[in-house]
Amino acid sequence: MNGPDASASEPDLEVAGLHVLYGGIAAVKGVSFSVARGEIVALIGANGAGKTSVLKALVGLVPAARGSVRLFGRDATGIPTHRRTALGATLVPEGRAIFAGMTVRENLELGAFLKRDPVTLGQRLERVLALVPRLGERLAQAGGTLSGGEQQMLAIGRALMGEPRLLLLDEPSLGLAPKLVAQIFGSIVEIAKTGLTILLVEQNTRLALETAHRAHVLVTGEIVLSGRCSELRDDPRIKAAYLGEAL
Amino acid sequence: MSEFFQQIINGLSLGSIYALIALGYTMVYGILKLINFAHGEVFMMGAYSGYYLASWLGVERYQAAGRGFPLGLALVVLVLAMAASALLGVLIEALAYRPVRSAPRLTPLITAIGVSLFLQNAAMLLFTPNPRAYPPILRELRFAAGGVIVTNIKLAIFVVALALMVGLHLFVQRTWTGRAMRALSMNIDAARLMGIDVNATIRATFAIGSALAAAGGILFGLDQITINPLMGVLTGLKAFVAAVLGGIGNIPGAVVGGLLIGLAEQLTAGYLSPDYRDAITFLILVVILVLKPEGLLGVVRQEKV
Repeated sequence: MNGPDASASEPDLEVAGLHVLYGGIAAVKGVSFSVARGEIVALIGANGAGKTSVLKALVGLVPAARGSVRLFGRDATGIPTHRRTALGATLVPEGRAIFAGMTVRENLELGAFLKRDPVTLGQRLERVLALVPRLGERLAQAGGTLSGGEQQMLAIGRALMGEPRLLLLDEPSLGLAPKLVAQIFGSIVEIAKTGLTILLVEQNTRLALETAHRAHVLVTGEIVLSGRCSELRDDPRIKAAYLGEAL
Repeated sequence: MSEFFQQIINGLSLGSIYALIALGYTMVYGILKLINFAHGEVFMMGAYSGYYLASWLGVERYQAAGRGFPLGLALVVLVLAMAASALLGVLIEALAYRPVRSAPRLTPLITAIGVSLFLQNAAMLLFTPNPRAYPPILRELRFAAGGVIVTNIKLAIFVVALALMVGLHLFVQRTWTGRAMRALSMNIDAARLMGIDVNATIRATFAIGSALAAAGGILFGLDQITINPLMGVLTGLKAFVAAVLGGIGNIPGAVVGGLLIGLAEQLTAGYLSPDYRDAITFLILVVILVLKPEGLLGVVRQEKV
């Protein structure tokens, strides 16, 4: 139903030979993959495998030392973050990064910084509040006073306010109780149904493989395994290394 | 008692000038964590641009004819000097701070000191080191009430400063650029992800802070009668103390800090000795740094992991 759109001529995201260096040390070493329109793709891997670095390079928060990033068929390799947001690619960063001193409403409205038309802004706010539960009753509250789960909801809702076409999610389950994780992933699936393309970075391999269509496994900055999630779930290497099942 | 009220009026008027300058320090620090040591020189340049603009608009002719400078023209002087200083602030940011923005924090601090010294010396070269009498863009009128003398100049200083501060508050709270500034001061990467152009927003911050400093410069010239190329050193430092006192990075804090420093200075000069008027500011700095380093309205920032 909401699978990849085969008719789209170019993928929404295309990464080729991406390298990210931190002071000469390579965190990402030649990663290539693509995400088609309407697809949910997961990047999985252990702590320090370079997942967050890949996401940051995709939105330009860290520079790509080598390789290219194409967004919606256009070369986006060197352009600054705010212009990638304008193209339609938005990252919900690890640790949420909400504006703690602003109210929930102000946070959400800032998400619409590039699409600030007051008429549609109000409509979008209603739509987003319907997609991400529990924010509606907290609009006047300072963002910093929300619980971890609510902050994650807020970060996702804030990104949606800008009407992105490609949503990059970095560890949405981080530090949350299992019940909240289920709720947030429920929201992600709902959001995907609206036609958004999603790249999901997640340490919780089981959850990621249940949510996404395809996945890539990252080990020390390189993709070592790729495939459809239904196949990867049964792959003995995945079972042993990430799902905690003995061979 | 009238003596006391006199000091309060003078203190509030001087303090509102400090507050205008302190706002520029605090806005830039809030976003870049940079102490813009050249800000005192932007204040000085603002005073000089007001001086030259007023003379270009013929303030001497009005004076010679025994007439006051028209209020409309005085406002033109204020607005154009603010615009010129905004440009100067943007230029300083582009040339001296942006190239070293990702360098260790000591580097931009040193370039700031460099810009400050450069502007002081450029001003001595351009305007000569001699103090100049500030043109009477407002003709002084005195009102006496119960032993307290209020001049229209002290009132105008307070009113202009207050109007600018209210304007700034509305700008920061209500406009999208103002929101972008607040977002930047809270989380620069998250602001980028919202689609905020960080460079443009920092430029706007420097423009606004510098324009406010220029207004402070003109009001200072009116208040203190003379200006000179080194006027930004001590006054800039006091305004910086005001920003620290209120809580650096905090906009209402800069206003409160500025008014308190102005009051403390006037009361010290009036009741203790004029010799201590400068010392009291720095005594306050030491006390606040020891007792409440985050400032009166500042909050202790927790570094998130």
